[in-house]
Amino acid sequence: MSESLKLFQERFPDTMVFEKNPRRLYLTILREKLTAAARFLHEERGMRLSIATGIDTRDGFEVLYHFSEDTTGIIYTIKVFAPKDDPRIEAQGSWFPAAQWIEREMHELLGIEFIGHPNPAPLLTSDTDWEPDRFPLRRDYERRSEAHER
Amino acid sequence: MSGEQKQRRIVPIGPYHPLQEEPEFFKLIVEGETVVDLEIHLGYNHRGHEFISPELTYEQVPFLVERICGICSNSHPLAAVLAIEDCAGIKPPPRANYIRSIIHELERIHSHLLWVGLAGHFIGYNTVWMWAWRYREHILEVFEMITGNRNHYAANKPGGVRWDIKPEQIPQIEAVLDVVEKKTMMLTKAVLDDPVIRARLEGVGILTKEQALHWSVVGPTARASGVDIDVRRDDPHAAYDQVPWNVIVLPEGDVFAKAKVRLLEIFESVKIIRGCLKNLPDGPIDIRIDEVPPGEGIGRTEAPRGEVFHYIRSDGSNRPLRHKIRAPSYMNIASNVVAVRGGSIADAALTLAAVDPCYCCTERMAAFENGKLKFTGNELLRLSWEKTEKIRERFK
Repeated sequence: MSESLKLFQERFPDTMVFEKNPRRLYLTILREKLTAAARFLHEERGMRLSIATGIDTRDGFEVLYHFSEDTTGIIYTIKVFAPKDDPRIEAQGSWFPAAQWIEREMHELLGIEFIGHPNPAPLLTSDTDWEPDRFPLRRDYERRSEAHER
Repeated sequence: MSGEQKQRRIVPIGPYHPLQEEPEFFKLIVEGETVVDLEIHLGYNHRGHEFISPELTYEQVPFLVERICGICSNSHPLAAVLAIEDCAGIKPPPRANYIRSIIHELERIHSHLLWVGLAGHFIGYNTVWMWAWRYREHILEVFEMITGNRNHYAANKPGGVRWDIKPEQIPQIEAVLDVVEKKTMMLTKAVLDDPVIRARLEGVGILTKEQALHWSVVGPTARASGVDIDVRRDDPHAAYDQVPWNVIVLPEGDVFAKAKVRLLEIFESVKIIRGCLKNLPDGPIDIRIDEVPPGEGIGRTEAPRGEVFHYIRSDGSNRPLRHKIRAPSYMNIASNVVAVRGGSIADAALTLAAVDPCYCCTERMAAFENGKLKFTGNELLRLSWEKTEKIRERFK
């Protein structure tokens, strides 16, 4: 087991670990612990934020922060979950500039709110011609299954 | 408004350029000649690849992502197929891995030469521009020979590659490498030994190691700031762990270091291609993927500008459920906010171009003062050339 994973599990004992292969680790934690976990990986283990991914699943939003440990080549993905009726997550951009753009992007494309983001303005969508509640990466699962039934 | 703020002016760079495929808008906030802050606006040409990709099959996805960038059009498909293969848990045959490395390194050579040429143009060294782009042409001819295309090579597919390298092509590729290596050596010596270029580029647009880590920059931008990272070595894929080569790291963090890293990396790329051609194993160039099981996969590779990152979520169908794409410039351009601060307007164009943001925006820069056009793009280019000329006078 890698050194960082061992220390991470000591610090956050209720982590659910999924090892896709030895260089791709997925760590599922509660969203309240996201900031502590991200700070641990960046500040104590010296990892670089590769990027974050937001996914609209059937049950809610998944937000994945992919941290890259360049000394070992392992990607540690922190996975947090936010329900559809309360899509709020603590912003990492407040202390980590590398996360600022991607959180703005997830905010405008998926409608996830990042609490404490220093500049939550839209990054990619039009300044003049865009309805504020239009989220292109949200998936309409109910309509999709209806279409399949037809 | 305080008296200090009244002195501030805004120099907009962008948002459109007839030559670049990804328009962006930089708003330089200046006091006199000094840049004090930078605002970056993105999304003028957002093409929604992450939205389109779930509509396509895994066989079609590489063709889509290949069109993200015209210069590094091998790195996105390579990262995408690595993500699909990671998700499906399969490994391509060894010959495919070697061909992937060869194509990828050829691309790095042509991309770095392209940047060196443009950088030369910005500082008024048009000879460097002509030279670099002339030698780049030989690499494009090799691409045409192997894949039939000078660009968008369609080399990668899930499970392997589409194009084989025939035995009679190997001596031709090696001959081109000899020429390019010799000419690049001449170019490198000319650039690195020129006192005017040194005076013009050294100490300009410095990104310190701490800033580089904090902004999570990648590629030559990080390596020129003393951050020893390279996905090719750290997370081995293709044939990068099969041949000997070095990672170029310099501590200075200025534009000169970034240029030097790129020039020296060309020689490492030549080394990798030679090693791969020498040991090219026999066998098939692809394997069949019958299904991609539900799950997730991450693929990353070192593009000429840094790490390309692709994440794929599969629901077991023949299309991805979610496909996240992150190009290296996404991290590198954001770091310009700290790199341009404290520099002059004449240096800003160079600093913004030093991260190699896939295009160059200097030609269409326009400066406004109280609503009136102050500088045109050509004016700013002239400012940069004049500064070089002044330095040149000092060395006479």
